[in-house]
Amino acid sequence: MNKKVDLSTLTHLKQLEAESIHILREVVAEFTNPVMMYSVGKDSSVMLHLAMKAFAPSKLPFPLLHVDTLWKFREMIEFRDQRAKDLGFDLIVHSNPEGIEMNISPFEHGSKVHTDIMKTQALKQALNAGGYDAIIGGARRDEEKSRAKERIFSFRDKHHRWDPKNQRPELWNVYNTAIAKGESVRVFPISNWTELDIWQYIYLEGIPIPSLYFAKEQSVVEYGGTKIMVDDERMPAELRATAKKEMVRFRTLGCYPLTGAINSTATTLPEIIQEMLLSTSSEREGRLIDKDQEGAMELKKVEGYF
Amino acid sequence: MDIINYLKEHENKDMLRFLTCGSVDDGKSTLIGRMLYDSKMIFDDQLAAAESESKKYGTTGEKIDMALLVDGLQSEREQGITIDVAYRFFATENRKYIIADTPGHEQYTRNMVTGASTADVAIILIDARKSILTQTRRHSFIVSLLGIEHVIVAINKMDLVDFSEDRFNEIKAAYSALATELGIQNTYYIPLSALNGDNVVDASEHTPWYHGKPLLGLLDTMDISKEEKAESFRFPVQYVNRPNLDFRGFCGTIAAGRVKVGDEITVLPSGKTTKVKSIINAGDITEANRSVTTEEVFAPMAITITTEDEVDISRGDMIVHTASLPSVSNHLKVMLVWMDEKPMTLERTYDIKRATSVIAGSFDKINYKIDVNTYERMQVDELGLNDIASCKMLLTRPIASDAYSTNRLTGSFIVVDRISNNTVGAGMIVGVSRRDIETVTKEYTQAEIELNAYIRKHFPQWDCKAI
Repeated sequence: MNKKVDLSTLTHLKQLEAESIHILREVVAEFTNPVMMYSVGKDSSVMLHLAMKAFAPSKLPFPLLHVDTLWKFREMIEFRDQRAKDLGFDLIVHSNPEGIEMNISPFEHGSKVHTDIMKTQALKQALNAGGYDAIIGGARRDEEKSRAKERIFSFRDKHHRWDPKNQRPELWNVYNTAIAKGESVRVFPISNWTELDIWQYIYLEGIPIPSLYFAKEQSVVEYGGTKIMVDDERMPAELRATAKKEMVRFRTLGCYPLTGAINSTATTLPEIIQEMLLSTSSEREGRLIDKDQEGAMELKKVEGYF
Repeated sequence: MDIINYLKEHENKDMLRFLTCGSVDDGKSTLIGRMLYDSKMIFDDQLAAAESESKKYGTTGEKIDMALLVDGLQSEREQGITIDVAYRFFATENRKYIIADTPGHEQYTRNMVTGASTADVAIILIDARKSILTQTRRHSFIVSLLGIEHVIVAINKMDLVDFSEDRFNEIKAAYSALATELGIQNTYYIPLSALNGDNVVDASEHTPWYHGKPLLGLLDTMDISKEEKAESFRFPVQYVNRPNLDFRGFCGTIAAGRVKVGDEITVLPSGKTTKVKSIINAGDITEANRSVTTEEVFAPMAITITTEDEVDISRGDMIVHTASLPSVSNHLKVMLVWMDEKPMTLERTYDIKRATSVIAGSFDKINYKIDVNTYERMQVDELGLNDIASCKMLLTRPIASDAYSTNRLTGSFIVVDRISNNTVGAGMIVGVSRRDIETVTKEYTQAEIELNAYIRKHFPQWDCKAI
């Protein structure tokens, strides 16, 4: 007897959720030493939430890795440590010792040098030290043009390099996880989620996120064509002197000198979503790192950045 | 609209994945750029970036080159072509859409096959001035090969043929014949101009003779649900979750059908039977309650089940309803798409990954290779990049197999080269090679069972299957 089964009985969010959980389980089933990148932001929060679902009732079968550039918002660090305590996952934190030695500062050395040394190089150090064969990341395809072409299971050679012109075909939900020793795969379980999906899901599932995403009165200064928050004393004094109190929030979280704030009055998730729907600029606009040069993200990715 | 209501509505959207097929000159990227732009998925800063790049690489003169909004990689922007699959996203009030944007040239057939593998709907672009070209035949063949049941024929550049109804009808008639030849079930025809936006989001005033919906309206209202046997439950075991001695859960994503607590199930290929004891739907798990169970679940949910009896079940096994067993075989008739520069040679051993099982196998016969442009069948001894052929595949272990036409997720596989580790091919199961059907009810002697248990206990590195 043929009965019509409606494939749409799962909403798009439930379909995305199931797809992500499938990907996370595939990683744990196929690799011997996986790790999940944890950046403390909303995408990481969703990914962590999905992983907690995928392996319930067990604990997370992999550690979380946070590459701390030492210039993250202070609240991010507090939030990170609280989550680790609440959920009981293993947290690995790494900062580039050479960068600490050189006292790298985005204000002094610029975003390009800072990102390269404190993020890309630091990430490679942490990955080499851990010997991970699968690195789970929270990148989404709608974020940036070069990401739109990246595979969900994205092969990296021994030097963590991505070859955009020579990617493995990826069909159905069958993922090729075969690699040789020393090579690795970056896995992006939330590739097919959009910014709106992420917010909607956070709202529906009640996922904790740092309060920086919500509008608050903060001290901000004009810097590099955007507004940045005065988060600590390391901001040059002459810049700090120009600080003004404004109602702002952040659409993405990263290094505070490189993360632009937007003026906003959105203090709840529905208000954030409403603001996002009416917004005329993309979330990455606030990220100074994408704009250093044309094709900036693609180049950074080739070199090993997420 | 009130935001809370909006969220309620958005929460209940479904999802549609579609593929766009066409070559550079058909205006495919332009159409996608147009859909994203008109549905307000392009932000001002992205538009500004495209504007500045239009001056450098653009091909549209004063207008913003919509294609630059979607062509991702720098080399593509420079060359003005789409060379890889890119995924795009937008949403309307009814649906979330995932677009697989793939290149149309013959040398990128594998990329198109990749994009088609996850699509529910294909949009085939036809240049109104040129009608059906070789590439249209190729794209349509791939679409039908990959089992896409709905094809929207977008007859583009209507502005260049004065929005002629006759021209539209001529192309429609020609394509209908092609669709019949390929057995494509549902076809829809739309006259449009991607460049100017005619019949993309809004109905065009230039085509008063066209009474159908514009492209977006059609996508929004299409019924893409499938006729499926509700009882044909298919559950490829992905991962065994064993937090402690009291819990042994089998995790995976339901490929088809539904299952509930108490159902009689069979594990394939071993043929062992048991009952479903409990079900966890991963989606229901919350931070506060990590052991929520449920009574019934269905595809495509990601679940974990436990069984009444201690049955040996591992990754790669397929759990099905005892009342509805698929055939189990190690010799399968398949359609194979070769995706590597290095040719496929008969009898060479590859790793075949189907759902969650990875099994060594080889191809022992090429029945025929098919010309993607003329659909002619040819006798060959090896397959080169982008070749598509009917083959016989011999696996070193039997698997429970469904035809791709009945189940996309259990009827498909990829071919991995054991030395380069590359994905070198993709295939679709057509059926079991007749004379090789194995029965799943083989009775083992006590000695065989004990020997098997001994080997599995003391020599786990041999990966011996449980019997």
